[in-house]
Amino acid sequence: MSDITLHNNSSLAQKYSVVLQFAAVIAFGVLLANLWQGASRWPAEWVIPLKLWLTEFFNWLGKEAGIGDYKFRDLTRAIAWFLKQPLTWTEYLLYRGVRSWGMPPLPWVAIVVGIGIVGHWIGGWRLALFSAACFLYLAIFGLWKDSMRTLSIVLVSVPVAAIIGLFLGIWVTRSKRAASIITPMFDLMQATPHMAYLVPIVVLFGFGQVPAMMATVIFAMPPMARCTILGLQTVPSDIIESGAMSGCTPRQLLWKVEIPSAHQTLMLGVNQVIMQTLAMVVIASLVGASGLGQKLLFSLQQLRLGAAVEQGLAIVLIAVVLDRLSQALAHRQPQHMEVKQTWARRHRHILAFITVLVVSYALAKYSSAWAILPKKMTITLGRDMDYALRWFSKEAYPYISPVRDFITVEMLIPLRNFFLWLPWPVVLGTVMLAGWRLGGASVAGLTGYLVAMIIITGFWVPAMLTVYLVFSSVIICVLIGVPIGIWSARNDRVARFVMGACDTLQTFPSFIYLIPVIMLFKVGDLSNILAILAYASVPAVRYTYLGLIRVPPVINEAALTNGCTPRQKLWKVELPVALPEIMLGINQTIMMALAMTAITALIGSRDLGQEIYRALPTADTGRGLLAGLSIAAIGIIADRLISAWAKKRKEALGVE
Amino acid sequence: MTTDIQIKCRNVWKVFGPTPKAFMQRHNNNPSAQNLSDEGYIGAVQDVSFDVHAGEILIIMGLSGSGKSTIIRCITRLNDPTSGEIELEGEDLLAASPEELVELRRHKMGMVFQNFGLLPHRSVLSNVAFPLEVQGMSVKDREKRAREMIDLVGLGGREEYFPRELSGGQQQRVGIARSLAVEPDVWFLDEPFSALDPLIRAEMQDEFLRLQKMLKKTIVFITHDFEEATRLADRIGIMKDGRMVQMGTPEELILHPADDYVAAFAQNAPRDRIVSAKAIMEPAGDGQKSQPENSVPANAKIGTIAAQIIGADTAVPVVDDEGIIVGQISRQIMSDALFGTDAP
Ligand SMILES: Nc1ncnc2c1ncn2[C@@H]1O[C@H](COP(=O)(O)OP(=O)(O)O)[C@@H](O)[C@H]1O
Ligand SMILES: [Mg+2]
Repeated sequence: MSDITLHNNSSLAQKYSVVLQFAAVIAFGVLLANLWQGASRWPAEWVIPLKLWLTEFFNWLGKEAGIGDYKFRDLTRAIAWFLKQPLTWTEYLLYRGVRSWGMPPLPWVAIVVGIGIVGHWIGGWRLALFSAACFLYLAIFGLWKDSMRTLSIVLVSVPVAAIIGLFLGIWVTRSKRAASIITPMFDLMQATPHMAYLVPIVVLFGFGQVPAMMATVIFAMPPMARCTILGLQTVPSDIIESGAMSGCTPRQLLWKVEIPSAHQTLMLGVNQVIMQTLAMVVIASLVGASGLGQKLLFSLQQLRLGAAVEQGLAIVLIAVVLDRLSQALAHRQPQHMEVKQTWARRHRHILAFITVLVVSYALAKYSSAWAILPKKMTITLGRDMDYALRWFSKEAYPYISPVRDFITVEMLIPLRNFFLWLPWPVVLGTVMLAGWRLGGASVAGLTGYLVAMIIITGFWVPAMLTVYLVFSSVIICVLIGVPIGIWSARNDRVARFVMGACDTLQTFPSFIYLIPVIMLFKVGDLSNILAILAYASVPAVRYTYLGLIRVPPVINEAALTNGCTPRQKLWKVELPVALPEIMLGINQTIMMALAMTAITALIGSRDLGQEIYRALPTADTGRGLLAGLSIAAIGIIADRLISAWAKKRKEALGVE
Repeated sequence: MTTDIQIKCRNVWKVFGPTPKAFMQRHNNNPSAQNLSDEGYIGAVQDVSFDVHAGEILIIMGLSGSGKSTIIRCITRLNDPTSGEIELEGEDLLAASPEELVELRRHKMGMVFQNFGLLPHRSVLSNVAFPLEVQGMSVKDREKRAREMIDLVGLGGREEYFPRELSGGQQQRVGIARSLAVEPDVWFLDEPFSALDPLIRAEMQDEFLRLQKMLKKTIVFITHDFEEATRLADRIGIMKDGRMVQMGTPEELILHPADDYVAAFAQNAPRDRIVSAKAIMEPAGDGQKSQPENSVPANAKIGTIAAQIIGADTAVPVVDDEGIIVGQISRQIMSDALFGTDAP
């Protein structure tokens, strides 16, 4: 056992020296802060005005930059114009119609039945009924027009993002230089909250549907590129070589052999693009995208929670339908037809759709209720839900509020004050020392650089508030998630349920979690933390489970023959072996928590997320971008430290 | 014999590692095993020279990792050799530009892969027609040709199936049909039957011989199964750790193995079906004729004459086509030949 827990005398001595080193760094930092005011708070006059420079640069880029008569502004306008065309046409088709041509939009009946037909074509009757039922909800609950607005953005953004991602991915696999530029860029983009992209987009493209779509595309494209890279790299070499020996030119090899063979991974990429696009709908409404996201945002801000629930559910349903459809499409296997089918049978789906189209247009001529469900025929439970909720809060609040106040006053505020008190030399020193111990000079250098950037660009206070929020929520995530993961690893039935729940939770866009949290706890730090918790705990559960079930059986059997009780086996054998994996899960939890802090800014906070949010209406690019990059910096620091630790630990355990 | 050489390899090296070319130059294009391991390079193919004659089946054998695939991939230029010369029909293959290479593969080379390498999203018909498609042949022509090929390998009726709907043996038939669709001069097969069950494998070997009887291609065939090699080969080359240890007819390898490695391979070979009387006889006779009934023909495989020789009281004379005695075989010689010299 001793070689597993790695406790022996020499490492004990080492441990002491580590503790001493950290103690020394901390003591020095605290001492410095007592002697010199500037160590507890970086002097304002030493802050580098990078914020202002960036803002000015983007303003110049948006207004004046250019070569001769050709302004950068013209370029952005041209891009916007190109993106606007497909969007306009999709909007005409889905909900606007072209009045001047007398062309009505697609009747809602046609769309509901149409999505059912698509479902049947891809995945059979169950998927057909499920998809149609979800879309029926949109019509019946009077959310049709907003849903179609949102769907228009999705339908246009997804192919654009997928195609750009595909080409970037191809480029990375073809060129080492491209890989060395693009891969780290994606890493940074992944770590930066998406709201931060919005500010420069507003400066360059203004507010409205098209800028919102651009933000969506930028945000949704990296997963496609990643899947493309993965897919192309995992095409079996036999297939590529047989293509080459068939006499393919490099281009034929790519388009006729590699891309089709990677089709499954590529489709999973498209699936992720769709999910990311829907995750963006509320965020995109901040730059003026109308649709469900905007309605949901208003409802949240006005605390009309019943309406928020209905709108949130609509987004979730659209997400789930598109998720199921694209997954089913990805997993479809080619199959030959047993008997030669008639033309009509082979084309039955398209024929069915044409029939539905004709019938529904005819019905629409006869009564406009078939085109757009009139308001009086829709239902909403929003008002009733609001009453119920108000009643519930009134009844429950006396019980909930003391709990909330107790946790806030006794635990959260002291913790927050502690983080705010921490002098920067202490933080800088401990982070660098940890980096050095875990990953050597390069990790120490990088993490130190990132902390320093946060300090000297003047984002220290909001950054520490973000750290405080993330720290508190991640602690709770671990306390809840790890035991659930352990339980799942013990019991197959629990595992099936929990993993299913994890899959479902991950299809929910992040802002959905704001609704129940505000409903129960109103606004405040606790609500922020709970929303983060709800969103970010999935990886903690999943990785704990995976880590435990991957413990090599030999180790388990050895423990049993050594006479461990089940409890001893868990604590002394399984958890230590699974710990690196669990830590990687916690790493992901931290990343998701950081991303969520930008979302919780919508319901009020004082952290970096709020800085981004505030920067939007004033188009203060520097403030928004740097705050976003600071969040990315925190994420990267955590990631590097944890990864370095996990790597070291895995090496020590001799597991892969 | 020089005119019918189809492929010529001279001192071919393929070295894997960080900078293989520089490594080879450092060591005068002839690094030792010590050089390789010291500097962390892998000598997948080391100083290999041989010829492939037109119309023959040359089999390359060796344990897994001995460099069989790599040498074939050097000839097809799926890998670029680190040094050495390779000629195809007298033309320098290593000087071929990427465009010329595509042309060569489109018209002169066909290859069959161990794991079939079929395109999963295309039907049997479309897989077989694929090499013709990339050449730009019209749909009608290429499908006609592909159907011929599919019939040739006995898959008629399965044209619309997808690879995952076929058994391993059927998939490899598709692979074979595809590689033959362009009527290549040289046909490479890299362990084509190794992924198949033994029963199917025997069936596919018969199929292969049947095809070769019709097509008379020049074939380089890789296997790690000596039995398969002796069934199919005109000549066999044995590779070990990247080097070609010996090349010759199956009979030569069995009777005169160059070293213990070759001998170990030959151990399990069906000697009775490979070795001929001529190869084991001792000298005898001085030009006279013998009665046909108490002699054996020189070309007979020893399996067919073993009973006669072991049943005879004295050594049996061996005669050539004219019936003239060219040697004799005793009971002792026959048992040595059948069971090896160390047999009791
Ligand atoms: N791309 C490669 N990179 C590094 N080593 C390789 C590569 N391809 C083959 N090798 C090595 O070259 C040797 C010969 O491989 P291979 O020709 O595939 O053997 P065989 O086909 O006889 O099993 C093996 O040791 C293998 O590990
Ligand atoms: Mg091989």
